[in-house]
Amino acid sequence: MKPLYALYSDGHAAQKAVDGLRRAGFADNEITVITGEPMEDFEFSHIGHRNPLWYVASGGGLLGLLGSTWLTTFTEKDWPINVGNMATVAWYPNLIVIFEMTMLGAILATVVTLIITGGLARRRPAFYDPEVTNGKIFVGVEKPREGSMPDVEKALLTTPGVSLKTI
Amino acid sequence: MSQSSNRLTSDLLHPLLNTSWRFYTLVVLLASVVAAGLISWAVQMWFGFGVTGIKWPIYWGFFITDFVFWIGISHAGTLISAILRLVNAGWRRPVTRCAEVITAFALMIGGLFPIIHLGKPWLFFWLMPYPSSRLIWPNFRSPLVWDFFAISTYLTGSLLFLFLPMIPDFAIVRDHTTGLRRKIYGLLALGWRGTTSQWHRLETAMQIMAIAIIPVAVSVHTIVSFDFSMAPTPMWHSAIFGPYFVAGAIFSGIAGLIIAMATLRKFLHLEAYLHPIHFENLGKLLLTMSLLWAYFTFNERITVWYGNGVSEINTFLVTQKGTFAPLFWLMVVVNFVIPVIILGIKRFRTITGCVIASFGVCVGMWLERFLIVVPSLGNKFLPYSWSYYRPRPTEILITTATFAAMILLYTLFAKFVPIISIWEMKAGEHPAPQLYPKTEAEHALGEVHA
Repeated sequence: MKPLYALYSDGHAAQKAVDGLRRAGFADNEITVITGEPMEDFEFSHIGHRNPLWYVASGGGLLGLLGSTWLTTFTEKDWPINVGNMATVAWYPNLIVIFEMTMLGAILATVVTLIITGGLARRRPAFYDPEVTNGKIFVGVEKPREGSMPDVEKALLTTPGVSLKTI
Repeated sequence: MSQSSNRLTSDLLHPLLNTSWRFYTLVVLLASVVAAGLISWAVQMWFGFGVTGIKWPIYWGFFITDFVFWIGISHAGTLISAILRLVNAGWRRPVTRCAEVITAFALMIGGLFPIIHLGKPWLFFWLMPYPSSRLIWPNFRSPLVWDFFAISTYLTGSLLFLFLPMIPDFAIVRDHTTGLRRKIYGLLALGWRGTTSQWHRLETAMQIMAIAIIPVAVSVHTIVSFDFSMAPTPMWHSAIFGPYFVAGAIFSGIAGLIIAMATLRKFLHLEAYLHPIHFENLGKLLLTMSLLWAYFTFNERITVWYGNGVSEINTFLVTQKGTFAPLFWLMVVVNFVIPVIILGIKRFRTITGCVIASFGVCVGMWLERFLIVVPSLGNKFLPYSWSYYRPRPTEILITTATFAAMILLYTLFAKFVPIISIWEMKAGEHPAPQLYPKTEAEHALGEVHA
């Protein structure tokens, strides 16, 4: 089945189309809504709001913390240097390095996860229409189920003057 | 698409798609100054430090002053932007990117100075934590190694914090251009579409980055202050140096941001986006930091004066009444007296007023760094090590070139990237969380956030 979408000039029409698709039995993860900016005043903008970024960032921070703790303590034990009678493993200065690496771990984990789970790092977007950056709202179904095309068409054409498009 | 939205896109893409002769002239001029600075650096590498005014016992002259100054300027961007993002201040939208860019470039320039100051810059990798061929590991108890970790973390974080919100704007430019430009911006846009899940992930990522970057920003300048306060040198070995440096950094950073914004407003005709209220708000922030700076300076000075230690009071008097007194009192005037008068009186808190005060603060904060570095090194505990510092053309040229480099990098950035975030400006037209309409039916995954 070929992908199908329509472009809407305002959020109300797009919301109608999304609700129509839901009524036709499509789950939110089957509906693609693309906008030029986050439109938080519309319900459809909350599709797919769950993401693992907070957990991953915490994990990245933990990894940075453990890695830097190992690096500093291992280094100081492996090649002990007497610096002004400080302890061989000097926690006060080590904490500085550990803090920085913890934060770096959290930052890098966040960015890598954003790129992977956000479907970025692709050269050309697949199911997309450049008119989105001119303010249009894209609502469509990338993989319509067998026999569902009439329902998709009906849902997308709820607003007068809208035409169906495909990739 | 609304008319205002249309105008916004075309206004903000205008500098990217149209180039005037003024742009090329400015780039050539600035590039010439940068080239002069690079030649000076090459001369210094070839002939050694003898061509500079740096000599025993004042090994930290202009270069370390510049280092601290630029790291301070870098605090404008990411820190202010992160705080404004976290508190969801609506007026941040046109300001954040202008600010974040300052951080990225100021850090790059600031980070160069320890390398310039090495004399043999090709050995800079000795600072990195790796087991060297001489079987000596880097000493994690050295403030210079802390600098390496702090600055590289802050630079990485700031570059990513700057880059992430640029992705949707790169997509806008990709869709409005053709040919090679389209290809380049297409690569930078990383295949961005703008699905609802991408927007959520981007905004969550920005929140996490903002939370992570604030303590990192504070730590960076605290660690830079440790380069001084860990040393038993008169007027350096002070517990107040951490917060004093952080406050000074934010102070100079805001001043740098005001100057950058006013310049962009004037030359890129962004009057419709950078309003007087933005300058007034930043002006108030600058006034607050001026008062805080005066408070810290007073604290630092009174402790030394009251303690009356022989070497400390000597350094104190040199700055207060001696050779460095003109610089010290100029610093007080431009960092405190002028900002309080201009920014404290509402009538003067105009764009011009804010810019005048900011120029003063930039000069004053550079002088503050100079007055921390040089008088203390020239007036140590024993009189045999007393000396003076006279900068030579080499370091003056290199210093001047870094200012030109900053303006050049900023100009080029504003030429190739929308300097005001287009999507964030448009997002301001869709305030959350009032939803329209309420969901009409039960559905599998959709959720309503009241």
